[in-house]
Amino acid sequence: MIENSPYAFLLPLALLTAFAGVLLPLLAESHGRKLAAIAAGAVMAVSLALLVPLFALVVSGQTVVVPVEWLPDYGFNLAFRLDGLGMLFTILILGIGLLVVLYAYYYLPDKDKLGRFYALLLLFMSAMLGIVLSENLLMMVVFWEITSLSSFLLIAYKSEAYESRIAARMALVVTGGGGLALLAGIILLGQVAGSYELSQVIAAADLIKADPLYPLILTLVLLGAFTKSAQFPFHFWLPNAMAAPTPVSAYLHSATMVKAGVFLLARLYPVLSGTDAWLISVSAIGAITLVYGAYMAMYRDDFKGLLAYSTISHLGLITLLFGLSTPMSVVAGVFHIINHAIFKASLFMAAGIIDHECGTRDMRRVNGLFKLMPITATLAMVAAASMAGVPLLNGFLSKEMFFTEAVLFTGFDSSHLILPVFATIAGILAVAYSARFIHDVFFNGDPVDLPRQPHEPPRWMRVPVEILVLLCLVVGMFPARSVGTLLATAAGATLQAPLPAYDLKIWHGFNLALVMSVVALAGGVALYAQRATLIRWNDKLPSLNSKTGFERLHRFMAAQASRILAWLDNGSLQRYIALLCAFVLIYGGWASYRNMSLSDASFSGASSSPIDIAAMIALAAMALGTIGTTLLHHRRLLAVILIGIVGLVVSLTFVRFSAPDLALTQLSVEVVTIVLMLLALYYLPQTTPKESSRLRVGRDVLLAAGIGGGMALATYALLTSPFSTISDFYLQQSVPGGGGSNVVNVILVDFRGFDTLGEIAVLAMAALGAHALLDQLRLLPPKHDSAGRQWAQEPHPLFLRMLMQPLLPLALAVSVYIFLRGHNLPGGGFVAGLVTGVALILQSLAGGLSFAENRLPRSYPPLLGLGLAFAAGIGLVSWFFSRPFLTSAHGHFHLPLLGDIELASVIIFDLGVYLVVVATVLLILSELGKLHKGEQT
Amino acid sequence: MEAMLAIAIGLLSGCGVYLMLRARTFPVILGLTLLSYAVNLFLFASGRLTINAPPIISAEASHYTDPIPQALVLTAIVIGFGMTAYIVTLALRGLSESGDDHVDMAVESTEAGKKGETA
Repeated sequence: MIENSPYAFLLPLALLTAFAGVLLPLLAESHGRKLAAIAAGAVMAVSLALLVPLFALVVSGQTVVVPVEWLPDYGFNLAFRLDGLGMLFTILILGIGLLVVLYAYYYLPDKDKLGRFYALLLLFMSAMLGIVLSENLLMMVVFWEITSLSSFLLIAYKSEAYESRIAARMALVVTGGGGLALLAGIILLGQVAGSYELSQVIAAADLIKADPLYPLILTLVLLGAFTKSAQFPFHFWLPNAMAAPTPVSAYLHSATMVKAGVFLLARLYPVLSGTDAWLISVSAIGAITLVYGAYMAMYRDDFKGLLAYSTISHLGLITLLFGLSTPMSVVAGVFHIINHAIFKASLFMAAGIIDHECGTRDMRRVNGLFKLMPITATLAMVAAASMAGVPLLNGFLSKEMFFTEAVLFTGFDSSHLILPVFATIAGILAVAYSARFIHDVFFNGDPVDLPRQPHEPPRWMRVPVEILVLLCLVVGMFPARSVGTLLATAAGATLQAPLPAYDLKIWHGFNLALVMSVVALAGGVALYAQRATLIRWNDKLPSLNSKTGFERLHRFMAAQASRILAWLDNGSLQRYIALLCAFVLIYGGWASYRNMSLSDASFSGASSSPIDIAAMIALAAMALGTIGTTLLHHRRLLAVILIGIVGLVVSLTFVRFSAPDLALTQLSVEVVTIVLMLLALYYLPQTTPKESSRLRVGRDVLLAAGIGGGMALATYALLTSPFSTISDFYLQQSVPGGGGSNVVNVILVDFRGFDTLGEIAVLAMAALGAHALLDQLRLLPPKHDSAGRQWAQEPHPLFLRMLMQPLLPLALAVSVYIFLRGHNLPGGGFVAGLVTGVALILQSLAGGLSFAENRLPRSYPPLLGLGLAFAAGIGLVSWFFSRPFLTSAHGHFHLPLLGDIELASVIIFDLGVYLVVVATVLLILSELGKLHKGEQT
Repeated sequence: MEAMLAIAIGLLSGCGVYLMLRARTFPVILGLTLLSYAVNLFLFASGRLTINAPPIISAEASHYTDPIPQALVLTAIVIGFGMTAYIVTLALRGLSESGDDHVDMAVESTEAGKKGETA
C-alpha cells in the first residue's frame, strides 16, 4: 500500500514552496496590489502543480510517504504523507484558495495594498496543507497551531476595529486551547503506539483502543477537533469570527479552518473509532451541534451570521456521520465535506458581494435584491438551495445519504426512531433558514434605507461564485462522473478498509430517506411561513449565550492573573529575593527529604581530615568578619573593612587547600573590590537607616538561617561523600598536550579555552554595562560625613605619591612575570590583569586624576574589544592549519637573555584574557573616579 | 576540617542572604559579596580538601588535587568581580535617578510603598 515513487520528493517540495511563498506578496506589494494578488495565486498554483503528478499514484490506491529524519530519538521526524484524504483536502485548500485570492482582490478596498493580507492567507493556507500532508502526528500538531495563529491574524485583519480584535482573540483562545489538548492527546497516543508516524499508529489501533489511556486520549483529541470545527459548546467563536473580511470567512469556514477539525476526525478515524465511547461522544456532540446550529441560524438578522450558524450545523452533521462509525456513514461524511465546502464558499462569497454592494448585512433592510442584481441573486439562490438539500444539487446527495444512514442505523439500542427524527428536524430547520436567506435578501419587498445603491459587482468578482455554483450543479447532477473517484479515494483512505458498495446517483427510488427529504422541504417552507410566531416564541426563551460566558471567564482570568502578577512582581527587590529564598528552601528541603538515602550514606561514609590550630583561628576570623559585617552593616565603612577580613580568610583557605592560583586571584580581586566599594561609599550614604520592622527582621533571619543551615548541611554531605573525578585526563595531558605544568591555567586557556572565551565575554559585557550606567551620571558630592564633619580637601598624600612612583614599574614588572609564568606556575592572564589594574589604580589614587589622565587611555571599550579579538583571533588561526577552533600549539625556544623557554600559542589567548581583565578593572574604577572630577569642575 | 568549612559556608550564605534582604543598596552589595564567597568555596569544595598537593605538574609530587573546580572557581571569582562592579554602578545610578539608595522604586510611586514594603 505504501509506495515511494521517484516523484515523492515533490511532496515536501510543494509544502516548502507554499511556506517560502508567504513572503512573495509582501515583496510584490510595492509594485501594486495586482502583483500581490498574482504572486499569491502563483504560489498556490505552483504548489498544486507540484502535487498533481502524485495524484495519479494516490488514485491507484497508493499512499506516498516521504520520511525525513530530524530528531529520531524523540520520534520527531519530518514525515510527509499523501493519501486519498490528504489529496481531497489539498484540492479543496488550493482550489478554493485560488478562488479566494481572486475574490479578495475585488472585495478588499483599493487603498489596501494587499501584501499583508495575501501573506497571511498564504501562511494559513500553507499550515492547512501541512496538516493534511503530515505523516508525523507531532508535525501535524505544529501545523495545527500555525493555523490557529494565522487565523487569529486573519480574523483580526481589520485590526482597528475593537470587534475584530475581540473575535480574533476568542478564536485563538478556543482553537489554540484545543490545540494544546490535541498536543497532549497526540503525545499520549504516540507513547501508547510507540511511534508518531501515522502509518504505525494506524497499525497499532487495536493496542490503543485496549489501552487504559484510551479514554483520556480520545477526550483530548476530540477537544482539539471539536474546538477547531466549532462544535457545541465551543461553537461561539465562529459566529464572532464573522468580523473577519468576507474572503477570510469564505476560506476559513468552508474549506479550511473548521474543516481541520473534521479532517482530524477522519484522519484518526481508523485509530480511535469503533468503540462505544467514540460512537456516543462524537455522534451526540455532532447531533446537538447539527440541530442547535440550524435552529440558531433561523434567527439571525445578519445574513453572514446566518451562514455562520449554518456552517456550525453542517459541521455538526459531518461530525455526526463520523460518529455513527458505519462505513457508509463515513462515505457520507467525506462526501458532505466536499459538498459543504463548495456551496458554503460560494454562499459566503455571494454574501460578501451583497455586503459590498449594500453596505449592510441586516436582512431587515437588505430586501428585494433580485431586481437589482439578478445574476448574483440567481447564483446565491442555487447555492442556498444546495445548502437546503434541494434535488439536482450536490447538497441533496450527501443529505440523502445521511437520511439513509439515519434510518438504517441500529447502533443505539434504546430507540431506532431517535436518529431519523433528529435528522428530519435538522432538515426542516436547514430548509427554513435557507428559505429565509433567499426570501429576505432577494425578494420580500424593496430595500430599506441602504447605505449604498446596490448593483452587479465587477465581472471578475463574480467569477469565483460562478465556478463554485457550477460545481454545485455538476456534482449534483453527475455525481459519479464528477467526484466519484475523488470520493472513493478519500473515503477509502479514511476508513483504511475496503469501501462499502454504494451508488452515487440522484434517484434511489421511493424510500424512507426520500420521504424525509420531502418532509424536510415542505416542513421547512411551512416553518419559514410561520416565522413571525416563531421569532416571538424564541424571544421568550432565556438566551443561551456562551459568548458572554466566555468573555466573563476571560475577564475573570485576566483579573486573577493581574492580581497574582501584582503580588509576585510588585517592583520590590526585597520581595523577589524573599520569594526566591523561600522557594529554594521549600524545594531544596523537599528534594533532600526525598533523597534522604543519599545523605545518610554520605554523612556516615568517608573519613575527615584533622582540625588544627591555624584552621580554628581562620574560622574564628572569618566568623568575626562575616557576623561583624552583618551586624554592623549600618556603619558602612566599618562593614567594608570587616568584609575585607572575610575575603582574606577565603584567600588563605585557598592557599591551605592546594589552590595557589585561586588564592592569588581572590587576593587581587579583594583589593579591587574594596577600592570599588570605597569609591562608591563616597557618594552613597555613610550609614544605613534602621528601618526594618521586627517582623521583617524575624522573617529575614528565618530565611537566612534556613539557607545557611541548608548550605552547611549540603557542603558537609558533599565533602564526606565518596569522591570520583574526571580530572585524571587533564592531569595526564597537561604537559604533553597543553605544554604547561600549571594544570589550572592549561584548562583555562587550552582544554576549556572556549569556556574561558565565553567568560571573558561576560566580563566585557558587565564592564560595558557599567560603562553605560555611568555615562552621563551626575551625583552630588557629600559636603560632610555621617557625623557632620567636613570632608578633608587636602591634596593626595605626598608620602603615598612619592612611594607610588617607583612602585609602578615594579608592580608592572611583577604582573608581566606572573603573566609569563602562568602556564607553568601559579599565575596567568587573570591574575596578571588584576595586578596591573590594581597597580594603575593605586597610581591614580596617589597621583591624582591629572596623572591618570595623562597616562591612561581615555576610553576602555576599545581595549575590551582588543582583548576579545586577541583571544578569539588566536582561536581562528588554528583554522588556517585545518584544526578546530582554539587548537593550541607549543614548542621549546631558546631566547637571548631569557634562556630556554617553553612557549605555547595559548599565550596569545591568555594575553586576550589579560587585556579584558585590565580594561574591565580600569574602566570601572577610573570612570567612578571621573565622577569625582565632574563635580569639581 | 570538613565540618569547619561547612560551618563557614553556611555562615557566609546565611549572612549573605540576610544582607541581600535589606532595603538599601549597599548592604545588598555586601550580601552578594558574602554569598559569592560561599558559592565559590562550595564549588571549590566539590574537589574535596587536599593539603600540599597543588595541581602543578612536577617530578616530586606524588598526587595532585582536582584542578577542574579550581579552574571553574577562578573564572567565577573574576566574573563575580564584574558583577559586583556592575551592581555598584547600578546602585550609584539608582541613587542619582531616585535620590535615595532604597533598592525598590521610589516609595511613593509604587504599590509596594503603599503596602508598607519599605524596610
